[in-house]
Amino acid sequence: MGVGIEVKNLNAWYGQTHSLVDINLNMPANHATALIGPSGCGKSTFVRCLNRMHETNPIARATGSVRMGDIDVYKDASPVEIRRRIGMVFQRPNPFPTMSIYDNVASGLKLNGFRNRRIMDEVVERSLRGSALWDEVKDDLRKKSGASLSGGQQQRLCIARALAVEPEVLLMDEPASALDPVSTSKIEDLIFNLKSQYTIVIVTHNMQQAARVAENTGFFLNGRMVEFDSTHKIFTNPSDKRTEDYITGRFG
Amino acid sequence: MTETQQSGKLNSVLRSMANHTATGLAVASTILVVAPLLAIFGYLLYKGASSLNFDFFTKLPVPIGETGGGMANAIVGSAIVLGLGSMLGIPVGIASGVYLAEFGRGKLLANMVRFTADVLNGVPSIVMGISIYALIVLREKHFSAFAGGAVLGIMMIPTITRTTEEMLLTVPNVVREAALGLGVPNWRAVTSVMLRTASPGIITGCMLAFARVAGETAPLLFTAFGNEFWPKSLNQPIAALPLQIYTYAISPYDDQHRLAWAGALVLIILIMVSVTLVRYVTSHGVMKGAR
Repeated sequence: MGVGIEVKNLNAWYGQTHSLVDINLNMPANHATALIGPSGCGKSTFVRCLNRMHETNPIARATGSVRMGDIDVYKDASPVEIRRRIGMVFQRPNPFPTMSIYDNVASGLKLNGFRNRRIMDEVVERSLRGSALWDEVKDDLRKKSGASLSGGQQQRLCIARALAVEPEVLLMDEPASALDPVSTSKIEDLIFNLKSQYTIVIVTHNMQQAARVAENTGFFLNGRMVEFDSTHKIFTNPSDKRTEDYITGRFG
Repeated sequence: MTETQQSGKLNSVLRSMANHTATGLAVASTILVVAPLLAIFGYLLYKGASSLNFDFFTKLPVPIGETGGGMANAIVGSAIVLGLGSMLGIPVGIASGVYLAEFGRGKLLANMVRFTADVLNGVPSIVMGISIYALIVLREKHFSAFAGGAVLGIMMIPTITRTTEEMLLTVPNVVREAALGLGVPNWRAVTSVMLRTASPGIITGCMLAFARVAGETAPLLFTAFGNEFWPKSLNQPIAALPLQIYTYAISPYDDQHRLAWAGALVLIILIMVSVTLVRYVTSHGVMKGAR
């Protein structure tokens, strides 16, 4: 089951650059929240702050509070623990190139010392079914490398890999931007189905995509969150002039 | 024919000439690289193959004046000294390469280690031999397999360190992020994901270092020293193929010259076999991506 995420006064820096300014945002459990905005506006930085991937960059830092359910992400747990509970799918499909399909999906468990083969087989099948890839790869699980799949399959493999560690929240940083329309629609269907079990935060450049998959949408501009509302409201009757300009294509 | 068509035709002739020239140069360079290797190997076969027989691999060297005998003890000795050297050089080399690539970015210590490794790579092998002679052999008051292994191991370190660093840096950052994003601790991501992804290149580096020191003679003169008999202890002087080849090659006897040629041939074949074997064994478990 997913848990909600509550962000208060989040600020983030890369070196001297103040890339996120005073972000306040509530993302309800078992809903999909879309983040839109022009390139470089801080959407990716924002999701990377949620699972503390931001701080893996030596020049990056963040202040403020992020709560996941009743846990303070920055105070109550280690980054490693947080990342296990908040899964992430990246912009470019990034399967482990030297591992088989099976090992890619099982990697989160294996690398954390889990050894039970029977349970692992179950988890791998469930995760691949969950990411709608099972039927395409079930005969080559151990024979083929994760890198030998097509781009769209690789991205669904990465989703399966994230699902296998059973996170409560799934962050997706432009998961379909490198994919063709058919693969994109598969990923969107998938997001729609995954909502029942996970809280989803999806960064996207594609406004139709936001409209299709998310209940709520936030609009980012220059490191600030301009507007956050139901997706329907944002796309039909935004309250901020800048949001309207962006979604009608006047800039960005 | 219009003017543009004419110049187009001229261009295509020029292009195809340039293409043929470049291909020709590439082929010529390839031949230049492969030819010396084939020439050396062919000459060794010509000079050494006739003296190779079963005895060569099973018998000890015989005293001067007797014919026959072999280099069995030197083959075993070389394997032992190289094994000791690899046990020192490979772990230390890989570990320091991991430090340089993963933990030492921009740190003073890392820059010093990198600089030291580059200098160490350029130190002549005889200087390495003398240093270990002074540090180990003089202190222990005897030559030993350990001292031989130590000098070869130290000579392997810089090559392995630098290739490990280079290979880790070629692993895309998204692979590291994928591991960290799964909630894998950093040390685990480095050892199980980064090193594994870079392993084909790192193994190549280890094999290069191994092949380079396998033929070293000068440093072993001061450390392993050589021995006419089977090795009994790692704490005693030990025979090694390059030492035996050296001793026989500068001797005045034709019989020993022939054995030296055979020894050189065996040394090259053993290096090729071990490199191929390691490559074959380690290629299992690492999947090749179809990119």
